[in-house]
Amino acid sequence: MYTASFLQDPDFIRVLYIGAFICFILGLRLLNHPRTARRGNIVAAVGMAIAVTATLLIESVGDYGLIVLGVAIGTAVGVPAARGVKMTAMPQMVALFNGVGGGAVALISFVEYRESLDIAGANPELEQLIPILFAAIVGSVSFWGSNIAFGKLQEILPGRPIQLPGQLFLNAALLAVILGCAVAIAAGTESELLFLAILVAAAVLGNMFVLPIGGADMPVVISLLNAFTGLSAAAAGLALDNVALIVAGMLVGASGSILTMLMAEAMNRSIPNIFAGGFGGVTVTAGASADGDERPVRSTDAADVAIQLAYASKVVVAPGYGMAVAQAQHTVRELADELEKRGVRVDYAIHPVAGRMPGHMNVLLAEADVPYDHLKEMDEINPEFPQTDVALVIGANDVTNPAARENEGSPIYGMPILDVDKAGQVIVLKRSMNTGFAGIDNPLFYKDNTALLFGDAKESVAAVLAEVKAL
Amino acid sequence: MDLLTELTILVLAAFVGFEVISKVPNTLHTPLMSATNAIHGIVLLGGLLLIGEAGGFLNELLLVIAIAFGTINVVGGFLVTDRMLEMFKRRD
Repeated sequence: MYTASFLQDPDFIRVLYIGAFICFILGLRLLNHPRTARRGNIVAAVGMAIAVTATLLIESVGDYGLIVLGVAIGTAVGVPAARGVKMTAMPQMVALFNGVGGGAVALISFVEYRESLDIAGANPELEQLIPILFAAIVGSVSFWGSNIAFGKLQEILPGRPIQLPGQLFLNAALLAVILGCAVAIAAGTESELLFLAILVAAAVLGNMFVLPIGGADMPVVISLLNAFTGLSAAAAGLALDNVALIVAGMLVGASGSILTMLMAEAMNRSIPNIFAGGFGGVTVTAGASADGDERPVRSTDAADVAIQLAYASKVVVAPGYGMAVAQAQHTVRELADELEKRGVRVDYAIHPVAGRMPGHMNVLLAEADVPYDHLKEMDEINPEFPQTDVALVIGANDVTNPAARENEGSPIYGMPILDVDKAGQVIVLKRSMNTGFAGIDNPLFYKDNTALLFGDAKESVAAVLAEVKAL
Repeated sequence: MDLLTELTILVLAAFVGFEVISKVPNTLHTPLMSATNAIHGIVLLGGLLLIGEAGGFLNELLLVIAIAFGTINVVGGFLVTDRMLEMFKRRD
């Protein structure tokens, strides 16, 4: 039939792919601005729909029953997961979605290698084999690494760095095994078993490489794994001679790499440094304050906090993961509204890595309808702290730790922080005297101008709100 | 398509990705990460391309899993991003 052959013409399919690329690139551009971002996401999704439709038209694509089965399972799992997830659990969800993408790449490259052995009875050509091996290794690392990141964020696994003796040596050995097997295959050995060994060793490496990383570095890790999956998808595209995979995979590989660098930069840490592991967690060096030394902290109550806030002229809220866990964002907004009615200017200080993802706090506060112009980024708000009457720290710890500025022995020395301690009065809402996610003591709590309000962030804010209303 | 053409496309795509992304403000980092995450779900196409030619139960099983994984990545990724961005609507 004429129409059928026209639809299946490889040139027509390539033209559809070009349409998909335009959608992806335009979509990403629209994601630059809050007002157009939602449209950008939809445009990118349309691009994906075009790419999938075009691929289904390709003559050699068949076995539609199995395709429908796979897509149905994926939809049945993915849609409810995306619909049901709470805003606070978003980082874990992104880690999981990233992981399954990496898993798909690893499976596809394994099948492609098996097919080549079955059908041609030999290894694929090198120009296919090398991308296949690359995709298998990186896909497998990304799958298992993302699962560990999920486990840590979901608190199935401890957030603290887990270190095994000789970890670096072990990782080097694993990498040697992976590369050794890969070189053996590339040199002409036809062995499914060797390929499986690569997948397994890469899986172990994926575990080993995320386990020793502390929770404070998790945003950087997720971002890096996102880039990894993109790169592995691009490699799969080279292996399968599919230009859509190459372009879309590489777009993600590039974007993920930039995001990773931006975040590492914000924390003043180098990527190798992060992956050497052990941020926080282990012992704090000698220069830091002595542990176990009972230093006095000043605790306060809701009524007192309410008075300070209500009679301030400028209040800055510094939110962190504690606000996310307690789901306190709506109550915080109500408190801010109440204060603004009284003529208090309330701004929010957003540290780039507060919470567990870049922009985590922005998402939560947007959910609570906080206007954008009250969200101030670190560089913008830091010079304003000396003119701030009260800094209200809600469940943030490491990102406000002055040790990063003052104590060269501290593991976070050099990380840019929110200078909340320069405000007239600092009120810290905290569950207990435990150290932060990174496991580092925070001298902020012992300062003369700091008072601590203990308790669940949401309950504390609600109590303060009630007191303000009663004034 | 020959390898050099593919590598050319690869390099150009990297630069496009770099340019388009570097302008995104902090506020949109999470949705951006989530949207790009959905885009690499394009690996789904790899499963589609292979399954018609795949023989044997194991190959087919692995590819059905791969397609399911890819679909979760795409559908879940775009939906979650949309949910995040819905909240960025300006209060009128």
